[in-house]
Amino acid sequence: MSRAPQPHVVTANALIEGDVVYLTAAEGWTRDLKQAQAFTDKDEAEAALARAAKRSAEVVGCYLAEVRLTAQGIEPTHFREDFRRRGPSNYAHGKQAAA
Amino acid sequence: MYVYDDFDTAFLTERNRQFREQVARRIDGSLTEEEFRPLRLMNGLYLQLHAYMLRVAVPYGTLNPNQLRKLAEIADRWDEGYGHVTTRQNVQFNWPKLTDVPDMLDALAEVGLHAIQTSGNTIRNVTSDHFAAAAADEIADPRPYAELIRQWSTDHPEFQFLPRKFKVAVTGSEIDRAVTKAHDIGLRMVRKDGAEGFEVIVGGGLGRTPMIGKVLRDFLPVADLLPYLEAVVGTYNLLGRRDNKYKARIKITVHENGIETVRDLVEARFAEIAPQFDTAATLATLARIQGMFRAPEFRQVSDLAYQAAHGADPVFRAWADTNLHAHKVEGHAIVTISLKAHGATPGDMTSDQMRLIADLAERYGYGEIRLSHEQNVILPHVALADLPAVHKALKGRGLATANVGLVSDIIACPGMDYCALATARSIPIAQEIATHFDALKLEHDIGPLKIKISGCINACGHHHVGHIGILGLDRAGVENYQITLGGDGSEDAALGERTGPGFAYDQIVPAIERILRAYLDLRTSREETFLQAYRRLGLGPFKEALYGAERHAA
Repeated sequence: MSRAPQPHVVTANALIEGDVVYLTAAEGWTRDLKQAQAFTDKDEAEAALARAAKRSAEVVGCYLAEVRLTAQGIEPTHFREDFRRRGPSNYAHGKQAAA
Repeated sequence: MYVYDDFDTAFLTERNRQFREQVARRIDGSLTEEEFRPLRLMNGLYLQLHAYMLRVAVPYGTLNPNQLRKLAEIADRWDEGYGHVTTRQNVQFNWPKLTDVPDMLDALAEVGLHAIQTSGNTIRNVTSDHFAAAAADEIADPRPYAELIRQWSTDHPEFQFLPRKFKVAVTGSEIDRAVTKAHDIGLRMVRKDGAEGFEVIVGGGLGRTPMIGKVLRDFLPVADLLPYLEAVVGTYNLLGRRDNKYKARIKITVHENGIETVRDLVEARFAEIAPQFDTAATLATLARIQGMFRAPEFRQVSDLAYQAAHGADPVFRAWADTNLHAHKVEGHAIVTISLKAHGATPGDMTSDQMRLIADLAERYGYGEIRLSHEQNVILPHVALADLPAVHKALKGRGLATANVGLVSDIIACPGMDYCALATARSIPIAQEIATHFDALKLEHDIGPLKIKISGCINACGHHHVGHIGILGLDRAGVENYQITLGGDGSEDAALGERTGPGFAYDQIVPAIERILRAYLDLRTSREETFLQAYRRLGLGPFKEALYGAERHAA
């Protein structure tokens, strides 16, 4: 049985700050994963990624990250993405400081 | 220590001016990220998981108080108020903004520091023995040679695009505190017929394919140092593989071609280029550098205050017994300041701590500070009489942990809390091991032990040469930690042996405890260290302690 296609978000690091950003439905950038647009259609995700990757004055290193859609909103499926959306575990720096 | 001349200062000013313009061109869109990336890496600027990271070169781990104060100022002004000491004696800032980096580099240049060649496929910061010029077991201070190599390798036009990065370590002692056998080139000072020279070790390295270095030349006269190094790196530059990044380090070149072939090629190249070197000029430069590394005028003072504190204060005594090493001059000691308070991040130093250490170095330590690859800070020359005052001041800033060389003095790479390459976290594992054994009050009973943790196979945490090595991996989307035992980074260098299947994040601390309880049961006496017991017993009993319970339950 093949696995149902997983939703993805477009993510990158901001050019100036270097922190983690996600693409929104309005094709802006957000620092909050829950505000990101989740693509369930693979072609749409790839197309959005291609457009985002051209915005090199804003971001660096765009890629698609797999997510889950839950009652609480978008959640990462991999622990690396969980750390990226939160910040390091030894200090409340990065996104945790802003929260 | 080395003092910049006009040439050095002008070089750095020009280089920083260039990078400032490169950053501006990246931001205004004239440079793409692909064009900019190699330029920023040449200047030590990485883009990591949550932010940029600036890696500052600390040549052979030596700093003066003003340099450390400048690092504190940079940490406060442009970062999060701390710096991280790396396993190659450098300092990393984890939170700079791209637009601030040119100003940070200018600030570093004010005190003769920079971030050049702390990344990229170049000759990296030359590392050395953190006890250099202080240890009683030393032939000579290795740092003037390290400085000579630094000058030769900085911006060397032939070696800016090597097949892969290239790391050199130099030690002046038989006791290897610089892990020379796990470097691309390790230089160990030796004496032959009264003359000083080097044993040249090549092709060591950890990472994906760990190798212990092999002797390329058993005695290299000092006068031949630069042409010989140029011959080695030049040979590697041509022979090293560029088709596969994982086979591009010189250890693979040596492994695939054989040490004899590499030796023949190096000797041939050496014969060819040596006449082009002006040996007299090099030796004059070396003599000038050595003049800058002259030992201080050591004060002769009574050690009665030290004896009194050692007798009366158990906290001071515990610290003195673990964190001091014998100094070559009577009445002095080498102080290791632990950056491993139980539960703290290994190698992190706040700006307040930096300023205190700078003040102590100035007041009591002849102005000398070292960073160790074991992620601690060293005051290499302190009079015994001053130790109670030094200890008291350190205690006030959380820097007096008496654990050097013990279970909680852990090397840990930044791991997935910071590093974009990591496959698992390292820091919290180190924090939990330290607090766990502190709570059990077993640390001093266990005795000398080196635990080293890497968060991926690149092995920045030197796990292969840890007495206990821990390697964090991503196994099907879950953090998993493999254990190796019996590694050794000293002059008796050895690679650790893998115990078997790895452990989940919440199982790794109990697994380490099982190993260490087995050691306590199996050792012949308190004098037999973990490593000695492992060498006597082999992997068997430790494997049984690790996995036996699971097997019996199954």
